[in-house]
Amino acid sequence: MAVNTAKEDELMREVPKKDTLLRLYRYLFDYKKTLAAVGALLLITLSITLVTPLMIELAVDTYVAQSDIPGLMRLAGIAFLLFLLFMFCTRKWMMLMADITNKVLLTIRNQLYEHLQTLSFHFFDSRPTGKILARVVGDPNSLKDVLNDSVTKLIPDLLTIAGVSVIMLVKNWKLAMAALLTLPILCGGMFVIQIFGHRLWQIHRKKNSNLNAFIHESFSGIRIVQSFAAEPEKEADFDRCSEEYRSSFVDAVRIGDLFGALVEITWGLGGFLLYFIGIRIVGADKVGVGTFLAFSTYLGMFWSPIRNLANFYNKLVTNISAAERIFDILDTPAEITDREGSYCLPQVKGDVSFEHVDFAYTDEPDRLVLKDVSFSVRAGETIALVGSTGAGKTTIVNLISRFYDVAAGSVRIDGHDIHDVTMESLRSQMGVMTQDTFLFTGTIRENICYGKSDATEEEMTAAAKAVHAHEFIMEMEQGYDTQISERSAQLSIGQRQLLAFARTMVSDPRILILDEATSSIDTHTELQVQAGIEAMLKNRTSFIIAHRLSTIRNADRIFYIDDQNIVEAGSHEELMEKKGAYYRLYQSQFLR
Amino acid sequence: MKKLGAYMKRFWFLYLLGFAGMVISIALDMMSPQITKRIIDDVIVSGQTQLLMRLLLGLLGIGIGRAIFQYIKEFSYDYIGVSVGYHMRKDLFRHIQSMSMDFFDRHNTGELMTRIKEDTDKVWVAVGFIGILAVEAVTHTILVLIFMFRLNPLLTLIPLLLLPAIGFCALRMEKGLGSVYDELSEETAKINTVAQECFAGVRTVKAFARESYEIEKFSRHNQRFYDLNMEQAKLVAKYQPRITFLGKVMLLSVVIAGGLLVISGRMTLGDLGAFSEYANNVIWPMEIVGWLSNDIASAFASWKKMKKVAGQQAQITEPEDAKPLENVKGDICFENVSFSLEGHEILRDVCFHLKPGQTLGIMGMTGTGKTTVVNLLQRFYDVTEGRILLDGRDIRELPLAQLRASMAVVMQEVFLFSDSVTENVRTGRREALGQDTVEWAAKKAGAAEFISGLGSQYETIIGERGVGLSGGQKQRISIARAVAKRAPVLILDDATSALDMETEQLIQKNLDELQDSSKIIIGHRISAVRSADEIIILDGGTVAERGTHEELMQKKGYYYRTWRVQYGEACEPARETETLVQERKRIVHKCTESQTMCGKKQEENKEKNQEENVSAQDPAEDVEKCRKGGEAQWQ
Repeated sequence: MAVNTAKEDELMREVPKKDTLLRLYRYLFDYKKTLAAVGALLLITLSITLVTPLMIELAVDTYVAQSDIPGLMRLAGIAFLLFLLFMFCTRKWMMLMADITNKVLLTIRNQLYEHLQTLSFHFFDSRPTGKILARVVGDPNSLKDVLNDSVTKLIPDLLTIAGVSVIMLVKNWKLAMAALLTLPILCGGMFVIQIFGHRLWQIHRKKNSNLNAFIHESFSGIRIVQSFAAEPEKEADFDRCSEEYRSSFVDAVRIGDLFGALVEITWGLGGFLLYFIGIRIVGADKVGVGTFLAFSTYLGMFWSPIRNLANFYNKLVTNISAAERIFDILDTPAEITDREGSYCLPQVKGDVSFEHVDFAYTDEPDRLVLKDVSFSVRAGETIALVGSTGAGKTTIVNLISRFYDVAAGSVRIDGHDIHDVTMESLRSQMGVMTQDTFLFTGTIRENICYGKSDATEEEMTAAAKAVHAHEFIMEMEQGYDTQISERSAQLSIGQRQLLAFARTMVSDPRILILDEATSSIDTHTELQVQAGIEAMLKNRTSFIIAHRLSTIRNADRIFYIDDQNIVEAGSHEELMEKKGAYYRLYQSQFLR
Repeated sequence: MKKLGAYMKRFWFLYLLGFAGMVISIALDMMSPQITKRIIDDVIVSGQTQLLMRLLLGLLGIGIGRAIFQYIKEFSYDYIGVSVGYHMRKDLFRHIQSMSMDFFDRHNTGELMTRIKEDTDKVWVAVGFIGILAVEAVTHTILVLIFMFRLNPLLTLIPLLLLPAIGFCALRMEKGLGSVYDELSEETAKINTVAQECFAGVRTVKAFARESYEIEKFSRHNQRFYDLNMEQAKLVAKYQPRITFLGKVMLLSVVIAGGLLVISGRMTLGDLGAFSEYANNVIWPMEIVGWLSNDIASAFASWKKMKKVAGQQAQITEPEDAKPLENVKGDICFENVSFSLEGHEILRDVCFHLKPGQTLGIMGMTGTGKTTVVNLLQRFYDVTEGRILLDGRDIRELPLAQLRASMAVVMQEVFLFSDSVTENVRTGRREALGQDTVEWAAKKAGAAEFISGLGSQYETIIGERGVGLSGGQKQRISIARAVAKRAPVLILDDATSALDMETEQLIQKNLDELQDSSKIIIGHRISAVRSADEIIILDGGTVAERGTHEELMQKKGYYYRTWRVQYGEACEPARETETLVQERKRIVHKCTESQTMCGKKQEENKEKNQEENVSAQDPAEDVEKCRKGGEAQWQ
């Protein structure tokens, strides 16, 4: 399995930047009306900004020069009102725009999360959790400025540039051409910088993700780190990760900061060309002093939005890789999905059958894990799966819950092919307990009722009592309302397993799958648990994977899995008679 | 973690360089209108064409100069920012890593990630890019004010009066934003936690078909995140336009008041023109004030959070003059050890002495404190009463690193890093362990065979937490990891629970060969502990039974009962005739009786403790006979 680690960069599909950008903007276009309002408000504020110097000019040149105090006051009054309007309009568009941007982020994040839920285990298994987190939390955040600026900076700046260009062209097209001659240089330069910059920012984003993954892993595994006194090693690794993060940033800004420099140079060059062409080629007398003066002002008005645009472009290049990473996940197809026309699995009786099932993991399609497995289990039977580690026991039970799809053959429950029913209806009737017990941050109650949030108090305590968790829960200060956290020391692993057990029991599964569910529970508690759930298990089909033979012996039938298939099947007594693989396994327990 | 200033001080040279770059480029910026003026005045109006080229080159030179100095400025501040962030991150990581378990019990991984990642990034922005902008804005404003004052002190009163108003707005905004960012940072931590748990527990989520519940949970936090962001936006939208408005009003007032002064003859028209130009020049710093205080508020909130984490003291520390042991022999002694956590007594008066090379077995019910023994031994927590000795020294006097390195633990809950098999096995002694040791350890742990079947053998990358491997495979790698250390003390905390019997026995045989190490074996299977030199049974946090396998079998207590459940039916395969079946039924019946009797007895035992009545009951003797018979048959 190709697994990504915290230390190496992720591989991603290459997508043209244009497509990514358009796709990103499509989210904005969902708010067309609001965008139009923002545009209108921006126009108002922009015109007030442009009018301001004119009013000042008018005040100084006309009213003050003519000592027209009433006129001056009138102008002051108008200007004041305009500024008030400016203030209100600005406030309004800021609010509207913030709303749009944050809503887009909200949507993107929710979409990402929803999509991630449909992805198969393979996706989660092949990369560190920290990297997925980086894409859900960090990456959308860095789009905030880009989205916001795309509207509030890009539009006014483009308008200003267009307006100034038109004025210049109208006033004197030759001079205007001279001034604009540098634009191609600017664009070309930006293009080149962008090519290198984009790649470097992509690398930086990946390093960011690596760092995230590394931090996540070192704290999830802090006990191992401290227990093995591996702090210096982890520190060295962390140092490398964050040094890479740092130097990839430095590399990227080394190129990225050239944007500003490029603008300054072309600005200088633009001035140079304007006067050189104006005076030497066109001739100073033909242009006129006033026009030159005006043009030097316009040049300033022209270049400062360009400087802003360059900044914006830089930001875009910096953050587009975040968008790429987001869309990369959204484009990862869900491997296991509800088929079209799939129906709700009716209340399960509990017949399970495998018909000529082949299975291989998607990344190694040639290596069959199961080959031509067929069996059928009647409702209410208890089946124990045994065999050496890695033989495929877990794979068989995973196929029943459709965590993976079979390569050939079919899995049927009560005669329904599980591919034809909705996953929700299938899995909600299954109770799967895996060897890794995972509890969520929250109260014990929330955890026990995880599979059935409308469970009554009685159902909850009945389940807890059945698995003998009730006593220790009640001993805790807040009983069922005790908060448990990721690593909290108040519960032992065995107790966590008991809670997970109770959680499975509450969800009232029709088919129960216990994959080494009791491995961390002592023999006595296990016996009590078995007795407790026996009543609950009546008439329910169950599959049990366990290594303790005392657990296995009571099953109705035992499947011995080896060599991609079931090699022996039968009750304990039958298999003992047979003196085959199971017999040898059973013996080994007593051999020392 | 140091003070913020200390991180910045180390880059004083770059700050200076960046500052110089900034000043020079401002100066060049101010020169450019002068040249334009001369081109117009001298060249165009006065016709001194020979000057043109020089002036034009000057203009070009200014452009190039600005490009260079701007670049220097920007690059230095970017460099400073990222480097300060790097050093802070490093210190914070080191600090968190050195915290004791109680800290990690209280803080979720998602939260710690937010502190080290997002929060550091925010502070970095403030000390670099935002910092320089603030400096530039202030410098600019002061310069302009000086020029204004020299031009007309009276008129300068207007900006001087309005500036505090602007400052007030900025302060109010900063204050309001501070608390919003405070919450935002908390919410980021929460989102991180929710998402992290969902991804780490994806198997549980899918098994219960609770995807929609998880989505709902996440979107609640996402919505909260949106709300907070909108609150932030509201504050900015409230104050930012006000600040801009005040800036514009200032310009207007200057022009009107100046105009009045000109009309009354106390100022020239030219001065007014210049003054209004200056006033125009302080508008942009005003405009970015709001923006700056936004980022600074955000950075400050993050910095506070980081400091809070950094300010926590590790509870478990080593004395400064901790003298290491010269050669750890692995002699462990628990002297009347008691331990309570949050008011709950977990261990009470536990004593045992494990001599070098010996094996101690620990059994007991779920939640009776078996793992706590290991936690105390490795000083993840400190004892509340009594003491633990390693080679006769109180472990609290030893250097932590030595204490922990002298023990290799296989934990109950397997955690592997997303790295190669080799790297995982070498954890803790990366430099010292060669490939041959790794392979030797893998063989001892019964892992060599399946490792050689992996894609790239020992170089195969295993997923985080070992996903992709079966439970038994993970457990074997984690056993190999401990064995490879050849530590004086080897601790196996229920380390073989996911292994099948054959593999377990193979590993046990291999471990028995490691004569140099003292071993502590915690297990639920009799087979795991029966050959130990001493076995202790914990019940309710205290030692209920102790002795060798034989002694404990005699005592007919918990250990005996466990044995009966696991082995009692070893007699069963011996059954070949109907009589044996009958006999078994009789035994089982009697066993049940004796169990209840033992149960009663245990109550008494708790008081009498060690004074165990050894005179066995008849039915139990039957079982004993049976056991011997059964075992003999299988040997």
